[in-house]
Amino acid sequence: MSSSILIIVFLPLLAAIVAGLGNRMLGNFVSKLVTTGALFVACALSWPIFLGFVGGTATSEVVPVLQWVQSGTMSFDWALRVDTLTAVMLVVITTVSALVHLYSWGYMDEDPDQPRFFAYLSLFTFAMLMLVTADNLVQMFFGWEGVGLASYLLIGFWFKKPSANAAAIKAFVVNRVGDLGFMLGIFGTFLVFGTLSIPEILEAAPGMAGSTVGFFGATVDTMDLLCILLFIGAMGKSAQLGLHTWLPDAMEGPTPVSALIHAATMVTAGVFMVCRLSPMFEAAPTALALVTFVGAATCIFAATVGTTQWDIKRVIAYSTCSQLGYMFFAAGVGAYGVAMFHLFTHAFFKALLFLGAGSVIHAMHHEQDMRYYGGLRKEIPFTFWAMMFGTLAITGVGVYHLHVGFAGFWSKDAVLEAAFGRGTELGQVAFFLGALAALLTSFYSWRLMFLTFWGKPRWAASEHISHAVHDGHDDSEDHNPPKQEDAGEDVTHSVPSPAYGAGTGGYHPHESGLTMLIPLGILSLGAIFAGQFFAGPFIDDAAFWGESIFYNENLVHALHAVPYWVKYTPLVVMLVGLFFAWLAYLKDTTIPATFVKQFRLLHAFLFNKWYFDEVYDKIFVKPAFWLGRKFWKIGDEGIIDRFGPNGAASAVMRGSGVARRVQSGSLNLYALVMLAGLVAAISWIISQGAN
Amino acid sequence: MDLQSSLQVVLPEIILAVAGVAMLMIAAFVGDKASRLVSIVGVSVLTAVAIITAFQMTGDTLGREAFGGQIRADAFAGFAKILAIVAAIVTLVVSPAFFERVAKMRAEFPILIVFAVLGMSIMVSARDLISFYVGLELNSLAAYVMASFLRDDDRSTEAGVKYFVLGGLASGILLFGMSLLYGFSGGTSYEAVRLAGMDGGSIGYVFGLTFVLVGLAFKISAVPFHMWTPDVYEGAPTPTTGFFATAPKVAAVAVLARITVEAFGSQLTAWQPIVITAALLSILWGALGAIGQTNIKRLLAYSSINNIGFLLIGLATGTLAGVSAMLVYLAIYVAMVAGSFVAVMMLKDADGMPVEDIDAIKGLSKTRPMIALALMMLMFSLAGIPPLFGFWGKFVVFQAAVQADLIILAAIGIAASVIGAYYYIKIVKLMYFDEPADVITGKSETSYGVVLAICALVISPLGYLLTIPLGDWADRAAAALTAFV
Repeated sequence: MSSSILIIVFLPLLAAIVAGLGNRMLGNFVSKLVTTGALFVACALSWPIFLGFVGGTATSEVVPVLQWVQSGTMSFDWALRVDTLTAVMLVVITTVSALVHLYSWGYMDEDPDQPRFFAYLSLFTFAMLMLVTADNLVQMFFGWEGVGLASYLLIGFWFKKPSANAAAIKAFVVNRVGDLGFMLGIFGTFLVFGTLSIPEILEAAPGMAGSTVGFFGATVDTMDLLCILLFIGAMGKSAQLGLHTWLPDAMEGPTPVSALIHAATMVTAGVFMVCRLSPMFEAAPTALALVTFVGAATCIFAATVGTTQWDIKRVIAYSTCSQLGYMFFAAGVGAYGVAMFHLFTHAFFKALLFLGAGSVIHAMHHEQDMRYYGGLRKEIPFTFWAMMFGTLAITGVGVYHLHVGFAGFWSKDAVLEAAFGRGTELGQVAFFLGALAALLTSFYSWRLMFLTFWGKPRWAASEHISHAVHDGHDDSEDHNPPKQEDAGEDVTHSVPSPAYGAGTGGYHPHESGLTMLIPLGILSLGAIFAGQFFAGPFIDDAAFWGESIFYNENLVHALHAVPYWVKYTPLVVMLVGLFFAWLAYLKDTTIPATFVKQFRLLHAFLFNKWYFDEVYDKIFVKPAFWLGRKFWKIGDEGIIDRFGPNGAASAVMRGSGVARRVQSGSLNLYALVMLAGLVAAISWIISQGAN
Repeated sequence: MDLQSSLQVVLPEIILAVAGVAMLMIAAFVGDKASRLVSIVGVSVLTAVAIITAFQMTGDTLGREAFGGQIRADAFAGFAKILAIVAAIVTLVVSPAFFERVAKMRAEFPILIVFAVLGMSIMVSARDLISFYVGLELNSLAAYVMASFLRDDDRSTEAGVKYFVLGGLASGILLFGMSLLYGFSGGTSYEAVRLAGMDGGSIGYVFGLTFVLVGLAFKISAVPFHMWTPDVYEGAPTPTTGFFATAPKVAAVAVLARITVEAFGSQLTAWQPIVITAALLSILWGALGAIGQTNIKRLLAYSSINNIGFLLIGLATGTLAGVSAMLVYLAIYVAMVAGSFVAVMMLKDADGMPVEDIDAIKGLSKTRPMIALALMMLMFSLAGIPPLFGFWGKFVVFQAAVQADLIILAAIGIAASVIGAYYYIKIVKLMYFDEPADVITGKSETSYGVVLAICALVISPLGYLLTIPLGDWADRAAAALTAFV
């Protein structure tokens, strides 16, 4: 196992280096082969480790790589920690990453920069693996920043697109805010515990409960302070309410990136971190309450916004945000295993939804607005079924008494039951908010399905489609060259037939190629069966988790003992959401418009994402720019440049002019200067002698 | 210490003198046809003398004295001599081709160089004011002629006259200082001068010291006694300029070090401020002056003034380490400057005439990539940018200054070297980033290419392989001086 974990972690790095440095020299095919091959090897090695833990045959271990820092009392190594928690993350990361690599063969087929893309993907995978195998907080931070970097690079992959660049910067900056919290948390942890080794910290954490520390003049609970700081880091990475604004914009990146980074893996790093440090959080009740509250609030917030968006990827992005909320409040109420379970199942069905959406976008020639979809069920049946399984999974379809259900059913029900079973007021609140969010989840998910796959084609009105029909290529945005777009293979989209379907505009959507459909198929299996197979170990098996997380036996009993109405709530709200979606988007399509007219303010509030971006712009962005401009114009150009480099340079130029004029060529003057120098020296000597 | 052993000590000088006279005879009887032959003889003789000197050096650091202590062939003198001879050989190798092109090659040129080297050789080994002066004048007289070697060229003649007049003035100042020293110490040997200064020295003694320093400052063209330098460097034929910038500089700097340490070692407080002032002024004025130049030779003249400033920082420390650092700098300086002048001589227009205009080197990287590459390395090295060897010279000098607690001096020197970097890098910019001016089209001789390649190799990062032997030799040379203080 020790050698296989080294291969799992470092093979993607090696592939990233080969593909990144080789770039055009290697060509598209070789770099794709190297990176994808590396990921499939890593994936194949990860599953045995995970299944070993499921079967109870594997034990956790730490594989040292090399010594890293040795400074005073601070000492830590590069070491790869493999326990149950890591194993869960390993399979999630390597599986989704391998499938996304494969999917990208088709999706990025026309892009001129494929080696770079695949190198970034593999680099991301390495950083993420580094994060989840971290044995100390600094190594975790290294991975944390590494995934942030890869996320930045990939969001801005189409760097000629201004919106992509803006989104990349936004993601990076917002994450820095969270990272500051994380860093302060790490510093504080080192101060308090005197070590950065995670096992040692976790061992000492319960003993620190209740101790206090001075912070900005106030006396606060040590563990609460540390955990809140660490949680701020988690909020940034996992796009929780307040620091969530970057995630929807991150959809500017290529869709496979959204599936891998902004759905299945990186955004769950915050959840992973809270679970990894669960013994610490258990000693910090206030921090846990905050986690619950923020999780529940994010869950409902994102779900409300998701109901109003038109961009297919944005809907899924808000859905991701909302699902992350579920994970956090599960962790907040102490059900870390349940949180990880939801993380696990979510990775499959959300990656599936994103890749499915990518396939739809691919088929619809880069059109992402659902208003221009419709009736695609017959055109791209495989994608339709994949999306269907994803939707069934995310909406949590399943029946408690039959013990059957899609992946989301098992995990989401467990989350809600854990919140209810916790018995605290906050738990109750989280439960009800979660149930409401589940209703909304069902509504916006089915809305997405109905708008995309049912009804009549509304393609003709789309700019992208009409361009595709007329030129076969989309070059409507001159700042975004067609080769840099999500682009499909070069086929004729226009079918010269008089028998155009109404609203198709003569466009013929095409199903994606095999490289894209195979990942959809595999992920569909995950979305269907992941919950059914793994609910047992994840929720009920204390031995499965071992020492890797704080496992609350009592809570699990309480979770199973909740009343039946609680157990059936998710199914009921799912049906209600489905009904409303059916009503509004299939039965009577005038309802949405009527609703918007009736509740103009509410709709505007939701449609504009609760005005978070606008408020942030006013409070943070504009003043920051103003301050920056002042520093630049007055401080830098006005003072530093003027008296610094520019002043020195002009003094030099003046001096040079003097030097040139003095050198007149006149012999008399030369002799005079010499003698003047001599006289000056002598005068100085005399003055010294006089003293 | 009989005559025979004295003659053994001055064997290199005797060889030079005899060879010079013999070459003169050849030239007188064969005429200018013999100039190539004379050059070859000159190179051979200089090489032989360098080897003999090297053998003399390998023995005792303190060497042996001759003629009652008038001359001493110690490690310090040996270091300076070998350096000067190497520079002279470079000049001899490249000069025939240069003068032949303007049909002005004469057999006298190599002979003058040999006599100049003889003068320098006496200068640096002298331990007596009189013998030092004899060496200095022998060197100077040869130099005046070399400056005006192109007799029908106005600028060359002007250069020779200016050099001669101002040189005469400087010699006068120097002699006046010597006479004062003799008057106040009662002897002309360095030892006598040193002993007279032990008790602090009278005001007249310090006057003498100052005059002597000023006279030497002229020779090394330290500011404010540098005024002749740009005009002479520009006007003199390029091989002469290259020679001036290297060999006599080496000798004059060495003599200055020898006199300040051996004769005025006890008067550190008197001469240190003068040297520091001259150092700072040279660095600043050299850099400022270079910026506005349009003629490459003039620019290199200011560059040499600037470099003298850095050399003087080493001397200003008044320590063994400082003198050693100065010698290291000197050796690297010779390689850089010799390389630069050879590169300049390789710049020719279609008619094979030398090009000295800075604008002419625009886009040189496209037309003559190898020269451009070598010049770029030389310029970066002169600017003291690592990893080139020029950085090491500046580094050891500043290190010595810091160790001697002259931190402000070092700081100003480092800051001013930034100004210097401007014009060095400007040349690189012209060569690499501007459109070709298509002026430099003429071919140049292989000999130039070989010399340039050697210089470029020395100042390349490979030069750092030399740091240890070079440092050892410089330490030994400096130890030879300070052993007597």
